[in-house]
Amino acid sequence: MSWKFLRDLLSGVNKYSTGIGRMWVAVVFILRLLVYVVAAENIWKYEHDEFECNIKQPGCENVCFDHFFPVSHIRLWALQLIMVSTPSLLVVFHVAYRENREKHHNQKLYKNPGEIDGGLLYTYLISLILKTGFEIVFLVLFYKLYNGFQVPRLVKCDIRPCPSTVDCYISKPTEKMIFLRFLVATSCLCIVLNLSEMSYLVFKYFIKCYWKRHVKKCQ
Amino acid sequence: MDWGALHTILGGVNKHSTSIGKIWLTVLFIFRIMILVVAAERVWGDEQDDFICNTLQPGCKNVCYDHFFPISHIRLWALQLIFVSTPALLVAMHVAYRRHEKKRQFRKGDQKCEYKDIEEIRKQRFHIEGSLWWTYTSSIFFRLVFEAVFMYAFYFMYDGFRMPRLMKCNAWPCPNTVDCFVSRPTEKTVFTIFMIAVSSICILLNVAELCYLLTKFFLRRSKKVGNPKHHPNHENKEETKQNEMNELISDSCQNTVIGFSS
Repeated sequence: MSWKFLRDLLSGVNKYSTGIGRMWVAVVFILRLLVYVVAAENIWKYEHDEFECNIKQPGCENVCFDHFFPVSHIRLWALQLIMVSTPSLLVVFHVAYRENREKHHNQKLYKNPGEIDGGLLYTYLISLILKTGFEIVFLVLFYKLYNGFQVPRLVKCDIRPCPSTVDCYISKPTEKMIFLRFLVATSCLCIVLNLSEMSYLVFKYFIKCYWKRHVKKCQ
Repeated sequence: MDWGALHTILGGVNKHSTSIGKIWLTVLFIFRIMILVVAAERVWGDEQDDFICNTLQPGCKNVCYDHFFPISHIRLWALQLIFVSTPALLVAMHVAYRRHEKKRQFRKGDQKCEYKDIEEIRKQRFHIEGSLWWTYTSSIFFRLVFEAVFMYAFYFMYDGFRMPRLMKCNAWPCPNTVDCFVSRPTEKTVFTIFMIAVSSICILLNVAELCYLLTKFFLRRSKKVGNPKHHPNHENKEETKQNEMNELISDSCQNTVIGFSS
């Protein structure tokens, strides 16, 4: 089990997406997943080993690291990627349900089971709302946990068993901060794409409804 | 998800590229991505562990390393390669959109559509003309911009492309100016110069491709202008000849008629 699974999942979703949806998939693949795997993971690889406190007291380093990094940036990033990609499964399930129904009744019930209309439109909109919601939740979590996307060079720690206020040094803080800000930027880009896609679908639906009513009136 | 996935995504674009574009893609994958993965990553693999400062002061090494390497070479290269590859996706999206339109036409049963089946549409290679030319040219332009920006960032951050053996650091909490030694500086310098050289070759290939596309565009335009459907002088000469022939024919006819009648 690896990121390949997520990649295959998103490729499957791509078939039933709008143009903006496909752009979203491309951004998630290339600017988030690929950057995570080839660059970001290695920065945080030895974060605990390289976290150094100015004290020889055993246990002090462990306790301080745990206090300042309850959940490591990189794990939060991975969780965010997974949670943000999963709502797209709703659309896949709905299309599979439609195809199954057609097979069961042995007749053509839908013009095209993959077309975004009727119930599938609502499912798609719900998946977009969930995706945006998860993005915002994780951004807020990052902000609250790490004091506004900062990674300081030095943190002061005075938790037992540290005998006094001890200086602890984080490894590669600038590089971590650059990638953290990159993560935030791509997250925001994905939120913008999701909101545009929602507006586009809602607008398209209203135009269709209005047009149908207009045609009916003329008749 | 790794560089192999990027190769799959960009491989599709290769079909619709010019020959220079294909060479560029090959150089990108063999001389940059592959070198990064199989060699450069090993060289920089132990960078912070083997970065040694001449002090026992805890935290001094961390702070000095962070000061001299705000972002590691290897990460900067990885970002550069990702950003430089992304504009090709614009072309892939445009081609996918065209294919989608043709499939829609085919399904509607449009008589204008000249394909026999959907498989043919899927396999078709689009020529770089019309709006696809603009997308392709913009993608090359963006590639050039990204390459230039990253090369400048390298030069600016690391004061040239050389990796020094020794760096002097006096950032707090280092007690005084402390000597810090970088691991494998010569090997790192060699790889840095290699990557910069290949980057420059890619920039040249992109510039050549841009010139080629522009030349092709202007040649095509001048051909359209120089090949008119109706040339007035030429037409007048033809008309005059035809008129003369008609007169000859009518004269000979009259003579024949007169001949018969008499």
